[in-house]
Amino acid sequence: MSTEAARRGPRALARQRRRRSAARFWQQYRTHRAGLLGLAALVLFALVALTAPLTVGSGVSDVTDAPGRPLEAPSGRFPLGTDRFGRDLLGLVVWGSRVSLLVGLLAAVLSVAIGAVVGISAGHFRGAYGTVLMRITDWFLVMPTLVLAIALATVMSRSLGTVVLAIGVTSWPTTARLVRAQTLAVESRPYIERARALGGGHWHVMTRHVLPNVMPLVLAQTTLMVSSSILAEATLAFLGLGDPTVVSWGGLLQDAREAGAVSAGDWWYLVPPGIAIALVALAFTLCGRAVESVLNPRLGVTR
Amino acid sequence: MAADTASTPAEAAGPVPAGPAAGRPRARSWTGYLRYGAGKLGGAVVSLLAVLVTGFFLFRLIPGDPVRTLTGGRQVSAEQLDEYRREFGLDLPLWEQFTDYCGKALTGDLGTSYQFHAPVIDKITEALPNTLLLTGTAFVLYTALGMYLGTRSAWRHGRLGDRLHTGLALTLYSVPSFWLGLLLIIVFSVGLGPVPGLFPTGGMESGGEEGFGYVLDVAHHLVLPVITLVAVEYGQTLLVTRSALLDEMGSDYLTTARAKGLRDDLVRRRHAVPNALLPTVTLVFVNLGRTVAGVILVETVFSWPGLGGLFYQALSVPDLPLVQGLFLFFAAAVIVMNTLADLLYPLLDPRVGR
Repeated sequence: MSTEAARRGPRALARQRRRRSAARFWQQYRTHRAGLLGLAALVLFALVALTAPLTVGSGVSDVTDAPGRPLEAPSGRFPLGTDRFGRDLLGLVVWGSRVSLLVGLLAAVLSVAIGAVVGISAGHFRGAYGTVLMRITDWFLVMPTLVLAIALATVMSRSLGTVVLAIGVTSWPTTARLVRAQTLAVESRPYIERARALGGGHWHVMTRHVLPNVMPLVLAQTTLMVSSSILAEATLAFLGLGDPTVVSWGGLLQDAREAGAVSAGDWWYLVPPGIAIALVALAFTLCGRAVESVLNPRLGVTR
Repeated sequence: MAADTASTPAEAAGPVPAGPAAGRPRARSWTGYLRYGAGKLGGAVVSLLAVLVTGFFLFRLIPGDPVRTLTGGRQVSAEQLDEYRREFGLDLPLWEQFTDYCGKALTGDLGTSYQFHAPVIDKITEALPNTLLLTGTAFVLYTALGMYLGTRSAWRHGRLGDRLHTGLALTLYSVPSFWLGLLLIIVFSVGLGPVPGLFPTGGMESGGEEGFGYVLDVAHHLVLPVITLVAVEYGQTLLVTRSALLDEMGSDYLTTARAKGLRDDLVRRRHAVPNALLPTVTLVFVNLGRTVAGVILVETVFSWPGLGGLFYQALSVPDLPLVQGLFLFFAAAVIVMNTLADLLYPLLDPRVGR
């Protein structure tokens, strides 16, 4: 098998090595009970979100043609009751998962991408450039992220793109710091010197040697970041800064508050969206911590 | 200023105990600390200026005419728009606007609130004590609780208690603070089923109380917001303390301390915890930014008359001068707190600031 791969060239060898390390990773991940639980929950949520057009359909968010009376308590027909327009809450929570998950994922990917680019380049080009970049990172790290995101969302138009952008460009500094530290560790290894001696330029070293080595860290960080992005999305929607035309979990909570569900004691209006947010955020956190502890066993995360 | 702040901690930590270490150069000299402090203060000044610049450009260069945003899409005549432009100095060249804004901001003039027709700085100073009361109480409680539970969890890591505490902390950490606040209001203020309404639904006082009665009344209003903040924030402190202490757990000096025959409790309190303290305190302060977010939401949910509630009122209009002023204030406050923490670290850990 390996001679076969060797005959096929370095690409195939690298692919084979990666496949093996992925298998090893899964072997270790499997021993983390909380991580598996989180993964199972995520698969479930992903299925619900992906099949939502089949199970509930986009008509569920239609205000004009609502099936029930406003603010009905849970019953056989509406298992979670109805919202202030008489729409089915169960359907809305299922439908809302699409926006919450989508925005959470996109914002996390944007944030981790910025963090990875900043971290790798700051770790690769040391000296003035790297120093200035890390100073900026530290500044962002201390800044109250949500205040910055709110300020951004306030001055821009109300749309999902704005929300993704506002979360993404404010939450990258942690990733940048982690990736930079890892880049420094990778670049001090002899094989980087070898690559340079063979004529590998900055681009080659960064993309071919550093990037594959920081990828696992980036993956763990993305998983953790999705959880905080989903919370941030819900927060912005709750503050009325989300896209008012789409249904999201945070938006449902804002609706509930505006409809006076709190003072009326309509707990069934408030509980489902909040539980959904908390469960997804928790599931991503559990997965992220499990990935982290597989990659860095010294962290001492409980299994 | 630099000499003032720097001299006190350095003096307080001045005398290094003579002993085996007496031959070495002193761990931290006065000038060393001064240089460290000056560097941190310099960094803070640069950060504050960066906040000032961000505050300016964020609210001016982003797509959309500020005046249009200001009027919130209402029908206004061209003359009125010009009027607004003059009033907010938007007819001047950008560079002049910037110098004007910087000069005013540095003297404490943050503009006039569009919504309250009052100076932004007055609104901020009015609301600040209320926020300090809420945040201060919650900060002390969640830091203490997080550190205490984190220490205990790390010391018995892997046991049932540890697993329960980390699990609960992670769960509460994933819960949106505003949602938890709303639930607490439903259960304990409005009353649900057999639970009567025990606490007020919002605000800070019922009015009509004086003296001791007033204090009790405010405390009564404080209970639910503080519980919400503590619940969503203590997890972070717990996890950081726990992992910082776990890093120390295998250390030789702990084995030595045990070999000396010290009680387990003493080993933990006197030897392990002080060494694990620094990363914890650092993160507690770095996370102040996150606490600000929590405060904004909790104050909004509980109609607490503080800065967070004000921020919500401002951004729902949107009242840009007020949003901008509060943005500057929150960012500056967090930077100042972090700098204070930086200046205090050498007191906690002699390894810092050599």
